[in-house]
Amino acid sequence: MSERLGTIAGLRTKRLPGWAVPALAAGGLAVAWLIVYLPGTGGAVLTGVCAALLFLAALVGVSVAVEGRRAATDRAATALIYAAFLLALAPLAAVAYTLLAKGATRMSGDFLTHSMRNIGGRDAGGGAYHAILGTLEQAGIATLITVPLGIAGAIYIVEYGRGALATAIRFFVDVMTGIPSIVAGLFILAFWVQLVSPLFTADHQPEFSGFAAALALSVLMLPTVVRSSEEMLRLVPATLREGAYALGVAKWKTVLRIVLPTAAPGIVTGVMLAIARACGETAPVLLVAGASASINSNPFAGQQQALSIYIYQQAKDSSIYAPPRAWAAALTLVVLVLALTVAAKLLARRSKLAR
Amino acid sequence: MAKRIEAVNVSAYYGSFRAIDGITMTVEPKAVTALIGPSGCGKSTFLRSINRMHEVIPGARLEGRLLIDGQNIYDRDIDVTAVRRMIGMVFQRPNPFPTMSIYDNVVAGLRLGGLRKKALLDEACEKALVSANLWEEVRNRLKRPGAGLSGGQQQRLCIARAIAVEPQVVLMDEPCSALDPISTLAIEDLITQLKNQYTIVIVTHNMQQAARVSDRTAFFSIDSTGEPGRLIEYDDTAKIFTNPSVKRTEDYITGRFG
Repeated sequence: MSERLGTIAGLRTKRLPGWAVPALAAGGLAVAWLIVYLPGTGGAVLTGVCAALLFLAALVGVSVAVEGRRAATDRAATALIYAAFLLALAPLAAVAYTLLAKGATRMSGDFLTHSMRNIGGRDAGGGAYHAILGTLEQAGIATLITVPLGIAGAIYIVEYGRGALATAIRFFVDVMTGIPSIVAGLFILAFWVQLVSPLFTADHQPEFSGFAAALALSVLMLPTVVRSSEEMLRLVPATLREGAYALGVAKWKTVLRIVLPTAAPGIVTGVMLAIARACGETAPVLLVAGASASINSNPFAGQQQALSIYIYQQAKDSSIYAPPRAWAAALTLVVLVLALTVAAKLLARRSKLAR
Repeated sequence: MAKRIEAVNVSAYYGSFRAIDGITMTVEPKAVTALIGPSGCGKSTFLRSINRMHEVIPGARLEGRLLIDGQNIYDRDIDVTAVRRMIGMVFQRPNPFPTMSIYDNVVAGLRLGGLRKKALLDEACEKALVSANLWEEVRNRLKRPGAGLSGGQQQRLCIARAIAVEPQVVLMDEPCSALDPISTLAIEDLITQLKNQYTIVIVTHNMQQAARVSDRTAFFSIDSTGEPGRLIEYDDTAKIFTNPSVKRTEDYITGRFG
């Protein structure tokens, strides 16, 4: 072996000192500033890109000279991975910054507590209270429908389903995952609004409602919840189930008290992803709940607004007061989803024992 | 209390593969019976068939009769959960329930069986932990997670969990194979204590362990890979390890056969 690889001369090797990497980075930035930014060749972005490239080249060059090829490859790969990480983070940071910067200007207690009723194109006031209410009710009802159904479906597939039926259900859940949201909306429009809702109204006319929107959102959320719960249930080790069976615990109780609590944190994450997606859906809600400018707290009758539709309407409105409202509503929506996610995570962690 | 187990012509299958063939043997009450033999000889399968854990695996089935005090546990009208409550099991790797505290782990069987009274649960928890030689180590941290214990402690926790439901038989599937020698010693001491109350069947790869803890030893073997496992010899442990009647047993025990 030693003949092929060469003999080992010693265990010590030359390494760049700790200050070398920051010094090279600072040098790259300085050079880029001198040759790109000062003469006016490019702006801040081009300067940054040039600085990064200069830094990379200098780092590899110095490393090859001092440490040798293997260490230089390591340094280059490390630098590239950090660069990829920053690049991936950039859109997220940009979205968060834009939302905060543009949304905060119009954000106020007034915005959160007022609707758009009687607000014309020349009126500066108005708010998104009706839309927040609608989104919360629609997503809430959809969650109430989807979570028990979805988790029960996943339990069937993982714990009980054998043979053709389970395979068929899995297949159709996969198919459902691919349904475009507008198709889900059309389905609920044709089925619930046109066929079923006339049975409940006094004049037997079809009626838009927040509940119809919740149904459409359920169609979209269900496959996500089933699939993520299924994956999480499969991750629960079989030895835990056997441990419970060996104590004389019935199967349904084992699933309910041992398997589900063990999988709970992962299931919560899947449910939150589904809720976040549902909160942002626009087309199906517009199709079956309409879009009202007034407050309608009853999800079972009459048109209801949602934040996503509100953003869409305000963004395309010709009034100069509309775009700030759209940004404020977008900020509201993101904060709402973020708060729900954090709350759910905390709840799931509390139920699990902390080490 | 402790039960006699009689296996009559028991064959177990995984799908079409026959894992054990025609096992007939009697396990005496209030004694330790060790099952030894090379890997794949069906001793774990036989052990799991005693409390009907074999059938948990999809496609697994069993032929023959297994009598607990004369009653066939494979009869159609037998309640599987009742069988498993009567015949507890400790697994190869410790498997405490990760979402539960030490206390909750120990009383899991009782609580999921419907017992609610806190005083009774407290009493059962202490009794089981004392029996499992774990009480002194965990009495001040019963509310801490069971998964935070060391491997040996976790295995004793699982033993406490198994005996908290007061079974009459305890099955152990290589309970010490993942443990260090000190934890192994603790569990062997525990087995010796437990046999005053329970019928114990233990599968082990460690022949010294079988010789140390068991009263009776059954030697299983296979003719070749793909063949079903068979019971070769079953006798008093002292006889098996000093003067076995069958040549294959002697070869295995003296290390002349894998």
